[in-house]
Amino acid sequence: MKQLKFDAAVIGGGAAGMSAAAELRSRGCSALVIEREEELGGILMQCIHNGFGLIEFNEELSGPEFAQKIEERAVASGIEALCGTTVLEIRQEGGFHVVYGVSSRHGVVRVEAKAVVLAMGCRERNRGNIRIPGSRPSGVYTAGLAQRLVNIDGYIPGKDVVIIGSGDIGLIMARRLSWSGCKIHGVVEILPYPSGLTRNIVQCLEDFGIPLYLSHLTTNIRGKDRVQGVEITPVENGAVRYDKSFEIPCDTVLLSVGLVPENELSRNLGVEINPATNGPWVDSRLMTNIPGVFACGNVLHVHDLVDYVAEEARRAGAFAADWLAGASPQRELRLKTGSNVRYLNPSKVDPDRENKIYLRSMVVKNGAVLEARIDGRVVKSIKKAHVQPSEMLFLTLGPKDLAEPDQRTASQSAQVEIAIV
Amino acid sequence: MTDRTGRYDVAIIGAGVCGANIARKLSQYELKVALLEKEIDVSLGTSKANSGIVHGGFHDNKKYLKARLELKGALMFERLHDELDFPFERCGIVVVALHEDELRTIEQLYLQGVENGVIGIEMCSRERMLELEPKLSSDTVGGLYAPSGGIVEPYRFVFSLVESARKNGVDLVTEFAAALARREGDDWIITALDGREIRAKYVVNSAGLFADTLSKAFGAEDFAIKPRKGEYYLLDKMTKAKPNRVIFPVPTAVSKGMLIIPTVEGTVLIGPTASAVEDKEDFSTTRVELEKILQSARTMIPSISETDVITSFAGLRPVCGEDFIIELSAKAPHLVQVAAIQSPGLTASPAIGEYVKDLLKKDGLRLVEKPDWDPCVEKVRRARDLSPWELDEMVAKDPAYGDIVCRCERVSEAEIVKAIRAGHTTLDGIKYVTRAQMGRCQGGFCTYKIIKILMRETGMGYEEVTKRGGGSYVLRGEL
Repeated sequence: MKQLKFDAAVIGGGAAGMSAAAELRSRGCSALVIEREEELGGILMQCIHNGFGLIEFNEELSGPEFAQKIEERAVASGIEALCGTTVLEIRQEGGFHVVYGVSSRHGVVRVEAKAVVLAMGCRERNRGNIRIPGSRPSGVYTAGLAQRLVNIDGYIPGKDVVIIGSGDIGLIMARRLSWSGCKIHGVVEILPYPSGLTRNIVQCLEDFGIPLYLSHLTTNIRGKDRVQGVEITPVENGAVRYDKSFEIPCDTVLLSVGLVPENELSRNLGVEINPATNGPWVDSRLMTNIPGVFACGNVLHVHDLVDYVAEEARRAGAFAADWLAGASPQRELRLKTGSNVRYLNPSKVDPDRENKIYLRSMVVKNGAVLEARIDGRVVKSIKKAHVQPSEMLFLTLGPKDLAEPDQRTASQSAQVEIAIV
Repeated sequence: MTDRTGRYDVAIIGAGVCGANIARKLSQYELKVALLEKEIDVSLGTSKANSGIVHGGFHDNKKYLKARLELKGALMFERLHDELDFPFERCGIVVVALHEDELRTIEQLYLQGVENGVIGIEMCSRERMLELEPKLSSDTVGGLYAPSGGIVEPYRFVFSLVESARKNGVDLVTEFAAALARREGDDWIITALDGREIRAKYVVNSAGLFADTLSKAFGAEDFAIKPRKGEYYLLDKMTKAKPNRVIFPVPTAVSKGMLIIPTVEGTVLIGPTASAVEDKEDFSTTRVELEKILQSARTMIPSISETDVITSFAGLRPVCGEDFIIELSAKAPHLVQVAAIQSPGLTASPAIGEYVKDLLKKDGLRLVEKPDWDPCVEKVRRARDLSPWELDEMVAKDPAYGDIVCRCERVSEAEIVKAIRAGHTTLDGIKYVTRAQMGRCQGGFCTYKIIKILMRETGMGYEEVTKRGGGSYVLRGEL
């Protein structure tokens, strides 16, 4: 069995993994990226549309271009990578984290690492997860699978398509398949507002005249061998109006109904998972409950933009390097989700430095204010013209915001509550 | 494959769990046997979608043929498991009582189990039940424990039986939809929908849901098989609600109720519902029935969560009266009826193989044992069952073991290639043999890889790739 030793093992070679590894290298730590596909880049490689990189590189790039730039940066920093290698498990052996991976080239590889960065990304929710009843014909795909088939393998999954869910991948695929000569008969969304980015609603649906059925539930998939149609039903004031159900004939159903962080490896390692994100609970350093195990990117929580993933992963790499150097925060304050906030990541802050916090709203609201409070005292407030669940928000809290006004009340149990009002 | 000129001693119609067991049993003898299946692969009917249980032998009275065959069949699984390649585990069964009233039924089941000779059956206090199954509801008042009950992967069982039968000379003829039958001399001529013909002296009607129409085609008994649908939810193996044993509710007069089954491969199955339907090809699930499953399962294990659901599916039980119909036809010569095999058909099926062999013998079929009958098939090593060290050794022998195609169920390319080479050339066929596409992502990540391997191994064009044969094509064009 091939044996390797690194300061840090990074699980996953997408934007998150490569960025974290590059940061570790730039701080003098050895880092190995383990990637199951034959090349680095992760899911970006099938995202051939534009819209990536506006924040990270200040230019508009396609997915593969974005991946290439991140990869160049990582390679220049001196990372090592094992591609075509599936991680089987991560264990604790003799004070080390030990990662077992397998590939056809090397067989099983045993990697001893002092730190591990989890960067496995996420998977698509599927028909079973949202429990759509009906028959089980061929022609039902997740949008990402369809994207892969079209953009990389060059196959058209079907001609007459209904897309369930208004997530970004589904919207992108509506445009992609329209360009390829397919007819998109509609996008069906159970919520009263779209789940994808506004720019995608405009560019991928409105520009192509594709109907968007908001507040509609998919109540049946019909077809014996191949899909023949889907039944959709309006939801009015919370009531499913079966009397108003109608069918849209089609031969293909694409599902774009959300993403789930892929944390099976983490769970088996003993990492505690936040049910609000399906990602690990992490402290102010993006470290999980297991010392030396960090998480970043879509395995931590699902991001809207890969630019945010790269940014977060860089921080994870830096925190891992600090941890390897023996540094740790003197104290941490717990973050608490206040009104209208679904989750906060990370869930703790270090009051002695700047902290970047990603969060999601639970509500659609115009003229909202993002507030951080300690013991009811507002320490920071940011005006937002518009918030909605599908657009991730962030704020930063630094020593100035988190300083104790009165040293006598300083305590370890202090909490910072973040709310949208 | 098809033998137009030759004559078979026995033609078995229907390659579900009964047909497969009968075929394998007959492969022990110097006979020419054909196993005919209307679908593109075996085990795609009732045998595919059921609870996958080796029952505990306490639900039915021995006056029923089904109970006698269940008791006999249940004892045959260890040996089959040794010889063949399918997952099986005697994990035990508990029946949970949630009200004092239900304890009376528990006692009846216990007494019936004792009378049926079930080994190790016991009545359990609330404390004993919660010790066995700590995840049970705090409403539990007691129950029954039958340690001999077990779990089995039903389609893998059928695949392996058929592989064994073929290895010992049985001809499998798929996509042969038997439609007509006529007598020619002392033989039956069976004609398929596509016009192909098979000649055989003896015929076994193990056509499952379609045993009634087939019986009529042979001019035999007139009975009606009514499909009774059972819907299931499959839960992710990461679920926190997984019990140690199969959990039954207290049965009612009409049904054994909805179960919680820890499958041999680690997932959890909940169901089945029971509703009469008309269409024998209606495998659709319904909102109303699926809701019942979650409700019922939660009364027993409250921590079952809908977020653990990875898929739902439905199976159809072939129902005709209360008992199995396994007999020589009184109207048509040399025809054995194997019909109405509902629960506990899977458990009974090995015994059904023996029973049908005896019926054929009684009807004059000469049985001479083959001296070189080989009961064993190759046990395919599965990447998911191997330690890192064992997997390393396998990759050294066959590098394709190092390419993990299905991440959720950890299925290697080597296993997929073996399945294709064994004749499973549809996405569903590959799924049921290897478990690739069966996990939490339901093929989201691996389907395109499997399509590629399938095209490479078989030389199929993209337009020939199907989910399960017929019109279930997967791709509709190229860019």
